[in-house]
Amino acid sequence: MDKSLTRYIWTHTRREQIWVLAVVLLSMIPYYLSFDLPKQIVNGPIQGMGFTEPGATQRFLHWAPDIPLIGKVELFPGLDLDRMGMLIALSLTFLGLVVVNGVFKLYINTFKGRMGERLLRRIRYELVDRLLRFPPAQFRRLKPAEAASMIKDEVEPLGGFTGDAFVQPLMLGGQALAALLFILMQSLWLGALAGGIAAVQGLIIPRMRRRLIALGRERQLTARQLSGRVNEIMDGIVTVHALDTTNLERADLSRRLGEIFRIRYDLYQWKFMVKFLNNFLAQVTPFVFYLLGGWLTIRGTLDVGQLVAVINAYKELPGPLKELIDWDQARQDVEVKYEQVVEQFRVDELIPETVQRVMPGLARLPGPLNASSLVLRDDSGNLLLDHTTLHIGRSETVALVDDHGGGAEAFAAAIGRAIWPASGKLAAGDVSLLELPEGVAGRQITYVPAEGYFFYGSLLDNLLYGLRHAPGPSPRRSGATARQFQWCQTEARAAGNPPLDMDADWLDVESVAPNARGAHDIPDAVMAALSVTEMQDDILGLGLMSHVDPLEKPDLTRRLVEIRHALRAGIDAGRIDAHVVPFERDRYNEEATIAENLLFGTLEDPMTQMPRIIQSPEVRSIMMRGGLAGQLFDLGLGMATTLLELLGDDPAQDVLLNDLPYLTMEDIPDLRQLVLRVTPGGLSEATRDDRMGLIRLAMFYVEPVQRFGLMTPELARSVVEARNAIHREISPELRAMIEPYDPMRYMRSATLMENVLFGKSRDTGTRAGQSVRAAVVAALDEAGLTRRVMELGLGVNIGVGGRRLSLAQRQKLNIARALIRQSEYYVFDKSLSAVDPRTQERIVCAVVATVTERGDGASVIWVLTNTRLAHLFGRIIMFDRGRVVADGGLDTVSAASGGSGIALS
Amino acid sequence: MSLNDEVCILRQVPLLAGADILGLKRLAFASKRLHFEAGEVIFHQGDPGDCAYLLLNGYVDVLVDGPAGPVRVAEIPERSIIGEIAVLCEGNRTATVRAAVGLDALRIARDDLLRLLQQDSAVTLSMLRMMAERLSATTDDLIAARAGLAR
Repeated sequence: MDKSLTRYIWTHTRREQIWVLAVVLLSMIPYYLSFDLPKQIVNGPIQGMGFTEPGATQRFLHWAPDIPLIGKVELFPGLDLDRMGMLIALSLTFLGLVVVNGVFKLYINTFKGRMGERLLRRIRYELVDRLLRFPPAQFRRLKPAEAASMIKDEVEPLGGFTGDAFVQPLMLGGQALAALLFILMQSLWLGALAGGIAAVQGLIIPRMRRRLIALGRERQLTARQLSGRVNEIMDGIVTVHALDTTNLERADLSRRLGEIFRIRYDLYQWKFMVKFLNNFLAQVTPFVFYLLGGWLTIRGTLDVGQLVAVINAYKELPGPLKELIDWDQARQDVEVKYEQVVEQFRVDELIPETVQRVMPGLARLPGPLNASSLVLRDDSGNLLLDHTTLHIGRSETVALVDDHGGGAEAFAAAIGRAIWPASGKLAAGDVSLLELPEGVAGRQITYVPAEGYFFYGSLLDNLLYGLRHAPGPSPRRSGATARQFQWCQTEARAAGNPPLDMDADWLDVESVAPNARGAHDIPDAVMAALSVTEMQDDILGLGLMSHVDPLEKPDLTRRLVEIRHALRAGIDAGRIDAHVVPFERDRYNEEATIAENLLFGTLEDPMTQMPRIIQSPEVRSIMMRGGLAGQLFDLGLGMATTLLELLGDDPAQDVLLNDLPYLTMEDIPDLRQLVLRVTPGGLSEATRDDRMGLIRLAMFYVEPVQRFGLMTPELARSVVEARNAIHREISPELRAMIEPYDPMRYMRSATLMENVLFGKSRDTGTRAGQSVRAAVVAALDEAGLTRRVMELGLGVNIGVGGRRLSLAQRQKLNIARALIRQSEYYVFDKSLSAVDPRTQERIVCAVVATVTERGDGASVIWVLTNTRLAHLFGRIIMFDRGRVVADGGLDTVSAASGGSGIALS
Repeated sequence: MSLNDEVCILRQVPLLAGADILGLKRLAFASKRLHFEAGEVIFHQGDPGDCAYLLLNGYVDVLVDGPAGPVRVAEIPERSIIGEIAVLCEGNRTATVRAAVGLDALRIARDDLLRLLQQDSAVTLSMLRMMAERLSATTDDLIAARAGLAR
């Protein structure tokens, strides 16, 4: 990227700039013409110059230019018009010129806007492209938030400036000159005067503003330092107090604030000084015009029309001049911004573009992995790996183990190109991994770091992320979509962006690991990888928790309702051992909340819809009618009393509220007051707010959960009666919110699991709790729906960075993502550190077996956190302080490392 | 079973004998009551320990992984606390615990147990006494085992 913004803009928009300049110059002609017209109108038809005799006419639009060598050629004879006709014709010409000037302005501004946006797109793309080509160490120097804000915010003004970079000074300069020239032509004296004052303005003001920019930069710097100091004092506050240095810090802060004040005050003084001068210079010219021009007119040297025209033309001068001065300031501003951004993105060791070019098709590594005298260092230059020479061939299973230091980890990271060699060579065959196209190294070597990144999107998208190397066939486009696509491509090229089609089929089936029959099948590969990493159950769990719309998948939901009935029949017959309390129209479900029992259905958004329904006039009158309100009031009071007793005066007891989502610690003082105000059975005396408060509390009571012993058979009966009344009597609007528990219907607002269970069970974490899930899973399996539910699980969005999954799940998914790809080397760098030891052993064993069984010569390299798993590998390389101390089979390495105390099996 | 019934059982647990009623009620409320079938593993050796269990009824077997599979090393009677070592030391389970009969247990989260110990010195003392008794028993076993080895 060019060092200076002006040069950068010129390099990339030269042709457009010249074109728009030409248009601007052309636009000057009508612009200049429009100056002369008012004088003609006033002097001619209005004041009657040339119309002294009655019936006199004048020639309008006579066009006979003098052409050299040919002489005068009459192109248009013109029209003879009388005084009134001339007035109309000239006025219409004036109107026409206004329109023409406007259209020119419109075209020029649009064109400049497009040019600026293209350049902005180009700069942003170039910065992002550089980011993708940074050497790994650069990412530890540049803060991500800073890079993002540079690409997004800091370059933004550069786009706006692009259009003005060359056109603005020329156009404004041209306008100013035109105005000046016109004044000069009318009156040499007045013109010279206006020119002189303009020159003073144009020379002094930018010079003064330059100081403003310098002061602004200084202000930014001192403010940044101040916030750094405040931060530092807060970090070190203990030390400050302990050593009694608060007054030293006060002095320091006061000095800094004084410095900021000085700069800011200076800034104000300059700013208003510049403003004053600018305004004064702009105003002093008309003063001179009136005085001098008036004097000349009175003396008869200047006619009135001329003076009016001069004053009119002068109106056009301060505008362009002021804008020109502003332009200069903007230029200096963006120039500085550009330099600062580009500085951050200028890196010596950028990955060459050729290494990252789009590579369709599959190419193999030029040879096996070879490290010769490889030296690796961390960012501060500490030695990680010391002159190591290693050869890792095909069909090997290698465990890398660290005794002291991080040599094994660093070596694996170097194979994954996450660390670049400080010296020596790491190559495939005889080609360095860094020179090898990423299209080969990034496909034939699958590197799995401990914390692989997951992108926002579905689980499946993330699993298949490693298969999207190059755009495949584009979708068929026709009509408007095709035109739209064509436009996108043209625009991309115009801004120097690559015309890659994001909507193309990027999935590369050829690089999918083959299934048992040797075919490349994506669903098979996904399922196999999930099975090896023991993720199937997790995915199934996500599927069970997902929501399905019966309108979108009618066949699936219909079958799920069938399973619901089969499961119920099995439980009732004692064939299935699971404790689920079903929803029954005329029975109270003791495992559900009172609210769930009352509404007898699910809500899309319970937190807001529940209070709306409970407080509706219909529901309130139903509750009053059956005496339910009184019972709920008493229950709420009992609940509040027990809760308050449990909480005591101890604010640390707020953890007791963890299971009560509807109550927070802030509500407690109010609740305490409320309990004092009311008495059991005192519904009728209580205020409306107190009633609602207690009834709302009661709504969330579940006897087996809170165990306060407040639920009675009478209350249960009243709730069921009210339930039926509610479903009969509430307004259609409220009824639409409730999806009733109907044994024949699939509920959209409930999870798949809830739909199949169609009842309440408590998840206890014991076998009794697991048996419910097991029963559902077994029922799905029997119906052959497991795979479809897993597909639902794969469609679940895993959040930013995969945060909706646990670390262990992310690590397993990371390995699954690697296994889906077919590679020559699989490098796992402490990839299972968060998984418990028993599972870790099973997964490592399964991964090694899977890759070996493929029989395509692929090798597994694993940096072990748990060295006891080393016996699962054919070859063990032990590193100690960055050097290989033992290399060979289990026996050899055990013997060699006898003294280190590391257990390898 | 209501909260008050649970509190009655808790009061019969030797460890909590001197505890104050409000503390016990809070403990019962914050804890989860679970049912385990006979033979069901409550926790595995080596798992991270984030909670202790109070056996409300029934007893459990303690198993330790040996070279030839798990070995039953002890039996813990009802109304005892189990799994407290991993909670106090923030470590992994030192042994596997299996329900010997069908039983109910109260699952006490680490924070709740630590809060109880901080607030109720009577419980802390009885806990300390229980630990000391176990240590002394273990020391006796160790001496006996050493003597056995020496012979």
